[in-house]
Amino acid sequence: MQTTDTNTDFQVRSLDAICVNESCLTHKWYHNIKYMIVGLAFGIVFVKAEIISWFRIQEMFRLQSFHMYGVIGSAVVTGIISVWLIKKMNVKTIYGEAITIHPKAFNKGQIYGGLLFGLGWAITGACPGPLYAQIGSGAYVIVITLLSAIAGTWVYGYFREKLPH
Amino acid sequence: MSILELIKHPWPWYVAGPLIGLTVPVLLIIGNKAFGISSSLRHLCAACFPANIPFFKYDWKKEIWNLFFVLGIFLGAVIAVNLLADLEPIKINAKLARDLAVYGITDYSGMVPNQLFNWQNLLSVKGLLMMVLGGFLVGFGTRYAGGCTSSHSIMGLSTLQWPSLVATICFMVGGFIMSNLILPFILSL
Repeated sequence: MQTTDTNTDFQVRSLDAICVNESCLTHKWYHNIKYMIVGLAFGIVFVKAEIISWFRIQEMFRLQSFHMYGVIGSAVVTGIISVWLIKKMNVKTIYGEAITIHPKAFNKGQIYGGLLFGLGWAITGACPGPLYAQIGSGAYVIVITLLSAIAGTWVYGYFREKLPH
Repeated sequence: MSILELIKHPWPWYVAGPLIGLTVPVLLIIGNKAFGISSSLRHLCAACFPANIPFFKYDWKKEIWNLFFVLGIFLGAVIAVNLLADLEPIKINAKLARDLAVYGITDYSGMVPNQLFNWQNLLSVKGLLMMVLGGFLVGFGTRYAGGCTSSHSIMGLSTLQWPSLVATICFMVGGFIMSNLILPFILSL
């Protein structure tokens, strides 16, 4: 375990992304296995609570079920309380680093992109996470949807400078 | 009822929601990672086809935790459907069932309707719109919005960031428009 001197990549990585690696530490690859285990637990919840079900997503957008609203709402409440506790108690990471949360700047992409993603979410019944889980649940044709999502991300990157933000 | 039986039944929202919410502090504590999934698509682009595009020119290996995380999601789903499966098909709202029956969708056994999402349909207009265009919109839209449901709606709202609230509202508006106004037309193709 060693500390990288600077985080020069941060500016590039944080473009249009909340999800960036805030840690300045570098580790051996197997340290990543713990993230796989968290993902694994997450995938089980996705399937068992039917969050990756196309039908549940249709019910949500047609206001025919409370289920998804309950899931997202209680997840946010849990997240807010957890982050508040982390700040309040000055909780450190298991490696002793201070936990950092970068503020997100507003840009119009959150509106245009948000609307486009919403359209795609209702067609496929999946956000990016559920795509991986739908494939795992045996719907192998969703590999095509995932590849198409990767292509969509690439096309965004290609045209990024020309798009209104 | 045994614990295993209980686990095999569909989990209610008040169990699933808090578990998902806990992902936020867990990722922060085990490595200072901000919860987010759509970035994995960007890292895959950066790793496989950066094509000299500035947006993909960064050290993706530094973000490899994210790819381990989504691999875990895939494996978790494999475990859930093979070892923890509930034999009953999903129970859906009666009104939705009636609406879908009009388009011949009556099989609720899969997480996605097998009658829509299958290899035979892939090259039909309906299949292209649903599987290919749908996926494209997910990938393009999330990156344009700077995040998806996990990074904006869960992580962003948990850290009280108003741009994430704007994004979340737009996700919902897009979804309402598609599900209620456009999807009926696509399904009728």
